Amino acid sequence: MLNDITLGQYFPGNSPLHKMDPRIKILLTVLFVVSLFLVSDPLFLIAPVIFIGILYLIARIPVRFLLKSLKPLIPILIFTTVLNLFFLPGDVTLFSFWVIQISDKGLLNAILVLIRIVCLIAGSSLLTYTTSPIALTDGIERLLSPLGKLKFPVHDLAMMMSIALRFIPTLIEETEKIMSAQKARGADMETGSLVQRAKALVPILIPLLVSAFRRAEELALAMECRCYRGGEGRTRMKQLKLHLRDLWGSLITVILCGGMIALGFLL
Amino acid sequence: MYAIEAQNLTYTYGIKTPFEKTAIRDVSVQIPAGEFVGVIGHTGSGKSTLIQHINGLLRPTSGKLLLNGKDIWENPKEIRKVRFSAGLVFQYPEHQLFETTVYKDIAFGPTNMGLSEEEVRLRVEEAAEFTGISSALMDQSPFELSGGQKRRVAIAGVIAMRPEVLILDEPTAGLDPRGRDKILDRLRRYHQAQKNTVLLVSHSMEDVAEYCTSALVMNRGTLFAYDTVENVFCRTEELEQMGLAIPAITQVFHRLAAAGIPVSRNVFTMDAAKQALSAALEGRGRNA
Ligand SMILES: Nc1ncnc2c1ncn2[C@@H]1O[C@H](COP(=O)(O)OP(=O)(O)OP(=O)(O)O)[C@@H](O)[C@H]1O
Ligand SMILES: [Mg+2]
Repeated sequence: MLNDITLGQYFPGNSPLHKMDPRIKILLTVLFVVSLFLVSDPLFLIAPVIFIGILYLIARIPVRFLLKSLKPLIPILIFTTVLNLFFLPGDVTLFSFWVIQISDKGLLNAILVLIRIVCLIAGSSLLTYTTSPIALTDGIERLLSPLGKLKFPVHDLAMMMSIALRFIPTLIEETEKIMSAQKARGADMETGSLVQRAKALVPILIPLLVSAFRRAEELALAMECRCYRGGEGRTRMKQLKLHLRDLWGSLITVILCGGMIALGFLL
Repeated sequence: MYAIEAQNLTYTYGIKTPFEKTAIRDVSVQIPAGEFVGVIGHTGSGKSTLIQHINGLLRPTSGKLLLNGKDIWENPKEIRKVRFSAGLVFQYPEHQLFETTVYKDIAFGPTNMGLSEEEVRLRVEEAAEFTGISSALMDQSPFELSGGQKRRVAIAGVIAMRPEVLILDEPTAGLDPRGRDKILDRLRRYHQAQKNTVLLVSHSMEDVAEYCTSALVMNRGTLFAYDTVENVFCRTEELEQMGLAIPAITQVFHRLAAAGIPVSRNVFTMDAAKQALSAALEGRGRNA
């Protein structure tokens, strides 16, 4: 049940996409997402759909994984599609029945929004699937580092993020353990009314909080013992270096997104 | 009929993900009622995975698990009942404490069974007695206790359900020798009084030799042996090959025997060692 949380999950692999520089990947993902929103004709969205499909093939990420990260969004997808489809007035009515009217604009818009959201999730999930949390925060830190000159605590922020990311799987594991332990004492989490189920969470949440605090304290202590004192003057063990594959990846994505944006403005 | 019977039990974690891992493979074993079984094996050999099948926390990928001759997954809706008849104490069980008082925490299990308040009280007191928790502690917060006390409260919480099979995953991990002996002595007393089946996962061969009647050895996800403690520890070389040491005292006797001193190699506990040594010394005195 907890295994369903895939957003932000890393899918280890060895593809060129996995090996790309995290900074480049973050920038390209942002570019891709922005260009999705600058296109207003569903026809031009065919290209990004194919593009994303190819990238998933290259990264060897099973479609099952993508579907899993889309699952929580199904209600929103249905909601927006229905809204657009039935309530957007247009020039030509394609279909009408009782109070429901489907116009050409409504249909077009519904398709547009649907593809956009799916591409958005697929694109950003691809980033987290192919980039380990550590690499991701490393990339973010490096990208934000110019802000450090403005006294913005970039390093602290990045450290907080990487600690948070680092502990998500640990906390999930811990939750599973505690759940098992309480289940072994007959805790019933699957049946009963809403109130009963909410009450059943208490035996899980309290030990979880206690252990989270214990872990935080231990970690702080351990960091202090190793003389951690913030980012100033720290060098890194893993230097980020740009490779040829980063250049190629950027070139292809920039051409695609640039083309989409240009067409979006021209039309 | 056996208290616990595994038939070709196989379990794979994370099926259909890149993290797929078969933790136990084709394990078949029959454990009669009333045994005090030591479950041993190198780290990662699948001990915890195996025992979580006995109370239905894990559902076998293939194979069956029978409690008293009955397949526990025959009716998946009834699995909660199985959890009451096979009580499982996890590693570091004190991490599961959550109630405001010790009493309430021990009562969590029996209350979940739907027992009357008096029955719950009776069982909590009985369990506290078995685990050596004094009545003065009952109204304290479990978070204020020492590590060993917390651990005993958590064990009491499972014993209070009066399970037919009691399973403990390394109940002494991280305790000082005193706390360890206390818990193990209490468990032995519990086993002798209740005459039920107890499974004890342990990394200490000394403890297994001292307290258990039989031993189950896991090796890389498969069952290596299930036999009496003596028979298992006789297979010294095989055990050492899988990274398990026999009790230190047994090693001493192996050396003694190898040095030509007429002692048995099968000495596993301190008491047995004393007897064997004094017998050997007497024998020598007579010869001289
Ligand atoms: N929740 C899990 N998800 C994935 N793999 C797991 C999980 N729990 C255990 N494993 C794997 O299954 C194998 C057996 O683990 P298990 O915990 O049963 O070993 P163990 O004998 O109890 O070890 P230890 O003595 O360290 O407690 C290990 O290789 C472990 O990596
Ligand atoms: Mg274990």
